[in-house]
Amino acid sequence: MGRYLLRRLANYLVLVVVAAALTYFLAGLSLNPRAKFEGRNPPLPASSITKTLDEYNMNPDTPILSRFGHWAEDVVHGDLGKTIEGDDVNDDFGRRVGVSTRLLLLATIVGSLGGIAVGAYGAIRQYRLFDRFSTLASFFVLAMPVFVIGVALKIGATALNDGSQTIKVLGEYDPQYAGQWNFDALVNRAQHMLLPALTLIIMQVALYSRYQRSTMLDVLGSDFLRTARAKGLRRRKALVKHGLRTAILPVVPLLVYNIVLLFTGATFTEKTFGWHGMGELLVDSIQKQDVNSVATVGLFTAVLVLIAGLLSDLLYAALDPRVRVR
Amino acid sequence: MTETRPTQPTEAADTAQPVLAVSDLTVSFPSEAGEVQAVRGVSYAVRPGEVLGIVGESGSGKSVSSMAVLGLLPESAEVTGSVKLAGRELLGLGDAAMSKIRGKDIGMVFQDPLSALTPVYTVGNQIIEALQVHQSLDKAAARKRAVELLDVVGIPDPKRRVDAFPHEFSGGMRQRAMIAMAIANDPKVIIADEPTTALDVTIQAQVLEVLKTAQEVTGAAIVMITHDLGVIAGFADRVQVMYAGRPVEAGPVDEVYYRPRMPYTIGLLGSIPRLDEARAEGTARRALTPIDGNPPKMVDPAPGCPFAPRCPIAVDQCHTDEPELTVAEGAEPPQALDSVRAGETPLTACHRAHEIGAGLDRDAVYPVPVLPEAGAIERLPRAERATVLELDGLVKHFPLTKGAIVKRTVGTVRAVDGISFDIREGETLGLVGESGCGKTTTLLEILDLPSGQAGTVTVFGKDIRGLNRADRKGLRRDMQIVFQDPMAALDARMPIGDILAEPLKTHGWDKARIAARIPELLDMVGLEPEHADRYPQEFSGGQRQRISIARALALEPKLVILDEPVSALDVSIQAGILNLLDELKTRLGLSYLFVAHDLSVVRHIADRIAVMYLGRIVELGAADDVFAAPSHPYTQALLSAVPLPDPRKERERSRILLSGDLPSPADVPSGCRFAGRCPKYSELGDSDQARCREEDPAAAVLGPDHTAACHFAAAVDVVESAVAH
Repeated sequence: MGRYLLRRLANYLVLVVVAAALTYFLAGLSLNPRAKFEGRNPPLPASSITKTLDEYNMNPDTPILSRFGHWAEDVVHGDLGKTIEGDDVNDDFGRRVGVSTRLLLLATIVGSLGGIAVGAYGAIRQYRLFDRFSTLASFFVLAMPVFVIGVALKIGATALNDGSQTIKVLGEYDPQYAGQWNFDALVNRAQHMLLPALTLIIMQVALYSRYQRSTMLDVLGSDFLRTARAKGLRRRKALVKHGLRTAILPVVPLLVYNIVLLFTGATFTEKTFGWHGMGELLVDSIQKQDVNSVATVGLFTAVLVLIAGLLSDLLYAALDPRVRVR
Repeated sequence: MTETRPTQPTEAADTAQPVLAVSDLTVSFPSEAGEVQAVRGVSYAVRPGEVLGIVGESGSGKSVSSMAVLGLLPESAEVTGSVKLAGRELLGLGDAAMSKIRGKDIGMVFQDPLSALTPVYTVGNQIIEALQVHQSLDKAAARKRAVELLDVVGIPDPKRRVDAFPHEFSGGMRQRAMIAMAIANDPKVIIADEPTTALDVTIQAQVLEVLKTAQEVTGAAIVMITHDLGVIAGFADRVQVMYAGRPVEAGPVDEVYYRPRMPYTIGLLGSIPRLDEARAEGTARRALTPIDGNPPKMVDPAPGCPFAPRCPIAVDQCHTDEPELTVAEGAEPPQALDSVRAGETPLTACHRAHEIGAGLDRDAVYPVPVLPEAGAIERLPRAERATVLELDGLVKHFPLTKGAIVKRTVGTVRAVDGISFDIREGETLGLVGESGCGKTTTLLEILDLPSGQAGTVTVFGKDIRGLNRADRKGLRRDMQIVFQDPMAALDARMPIGDILAEPLKTHGWDKARIAARIPELLDMVGLEPEHADRYPQEFSGGQRQRISIARALALEPKLVILDEPVSALDVSIQAGILNLLDELKTRLGLSYLFVAHDLSVVRHIADRIAVMYLGRIVELGAADDVFAAPSHPYTQALLSAVPLPDPRKERERSRILLSGDLPSPADVPSGCRFAGRCPKYSELGDSDQARCREEDPAAAVLGPDHTAACHFAAAVDVVESAVAH
């Protein structure tokens, strides 16, 4: 098993390098950081722009391979380069990963558990009221763009607030709580977190419940479930211990990939609610012609795929004895 | 005929109260077409230590009634009647109360051991769970008990195996584990629903033996549900025959098997091919008596006896009144009502039961179909007929590889490891063997016309090596196949006319010829020409298999390969297909390569037999010789494992039980491949044993057309065929 995982890891690492390089080439060739400086008022002298661009390793006139070599060397040494504003990408990246983690941690746990529960229960109650309602609601949600859900929640919250500020609709926390972790700050953060987390949860429950429902339906008619009940297990226990336990297997890789990739994939939610996470960086950095940040997002996403792959392999092996290799 | 039966605990059974008494059980399901009446009045009672067999074809309601007893039917099912366990009414109990009974008082063994165990838990944990649900055992004690149980059901090395997952067990071992689970809490009743149907015949014999042990250990009553009249004959004390959701005949096995009074039972018994069928030299084989038609739909059943439309002796009354299951007139009068309840008196649901066996000859109820006279080719001695297909030392090995990008070979699966046989014109060769022995690979190799790894395949005198594409296509025309599953082998989106036309188009027939050929083909297999416009789903299983046969015959082949052509069909339907194959062979001068695991079927249809074991043919010869004097220990074991639908013979037979499962073809033992499981091997002296271990036996010639690959080949009569009669 260990050797198998090591081999997988090596494969994934090759994949990460290729993906990161391709992202860098794409960003380096198609973005135009010079435009960002040329539009300034008062205009900057061309020589000073070139100097800044050279300093940031973003000068489009430098051959792409040479820029990439420079960037790659820095990355290997743990330096992700400069943003187009001249800050360290490392600092920005660190901050944003923190933001994304805080947003996603709770939302993905609740979202996946909720999705599994809704899907499994819907399968057990197939064609009953709950199943029909959850199916309808899921398709409704899946058919709706995320930002529509986000904005709808915002509108709803505003109405609920009725002038007060109980549910916050923008940002991660109010400015006066910056850097604080006392009770008031935590309450404030929770007030902010409610809506974006809810958006993500709704999306995930809708998605995962569909998969869970269909795998659970497959299992419901299975012989081993009948065996479990013939042994004397109560219906509920048999359904959970033998049914759900088996039906969850095919959903695991989907869950893992979805959750892990949300780190750079929650773009619309972050944008809608003004959270400065990794998803937002993806869009903003492209808009700002910020080659190094775009490359960082690419690299980070590739690493996420690697993590998701390994994690889902490990989890699957832990859950399903049939795939374990001696 | 009241001979004493040694297996029956007579005294105990006579006095004991029934442990499970089902009376007037009905089950119906709502469906889009209307209410499905799956079970329409089932009554039976079993006493401790007794075995009740329930036989019936698919859809007869036999499994549904057992699920109703356990309370495991879906909520939509409507169940009425009464199910009493040791006097306590079970119908109407809630899940909580039933859960205390299921697995404790009633143990259950299901059909498919491949899917009946939860894949993600170890076998041990699943047994432990069964124990802990009903008994307050701590983990260690439960585990110890699980190991004991696995030992009781004959799992080798149970201490280690208890931690194995279901996928690490073979089918037979899984079924043993199921039985271990069923007897874990000393049940009063064990319900076994087709417990051996998915298993090979040698494994079936092992599992039945385990079930018997289980019964001895627990003293439980067994309700054995199966479609196999052979299994019941040797295993049950009493039997109940179900048709269309009702028992139509019930009684002690001897009564029902030897003096059936219901035409359905008579038909069922007449439609099974018999392994012990004696066939005098030179005479044509006996035709089977199929039951025409199909079982009725269970939605809105027509009035009258449900069997009436298929019954050859139905009278007007049969179409209007449904007969009750009553004491058959002409049977010994019941001494007391008790003996009727106890099932000792035969009961029959037929208006004409009193005539059958009295004024009406049992054998004459069904007209025996007349098979055409043997054709000119079949009358020729074998040596003078042309060879249609010849395999000489055919080998097919598959490399076992490892690694995702760079594959390296770590072993070889010797699926087919040097087999030779030939098929002459107008001849049927039966290829038999357990699953995994290489039968299917052999077929695929023949059909694929490979240029092969080793050995030669000669078709119609042409060595297939060095053939060009056109020649190969020509050969394929002369060689066609019929597959096992008629549901899967026909494209559901094509009308059958198109299905039949496809091979003709491929081989360039023009439209007019195709249009003329299709009605001809349909007629040949007993279907109507109008059927050409219909789709496969409008046909029953037997009819679809007829369509498959018609498709195979479309191009007028000379050799038809039949891969388990009847194993997916009910016996009453199977008989019709076998008769059709027999008839077509004579009429069209075909040769068959007939692959099957059911030796009775092969016995019925084959002229010659090849017995395969682990990629080799271990015995080959004329069917009469091989069946009358099986000389390889494997053939003997295989034949002796086949249950006969004859209670008396079954009781008198002693089985040769093989130990263990078929070894993996990736790990073929040296010397004789069968030595590890050979019952003869253990009786040999040291030097002889060494010879078996070291020297691969060559085929020993035992007769003009009979060889066996065994160093110590010697004939043993294991079937006790009717030669003595």
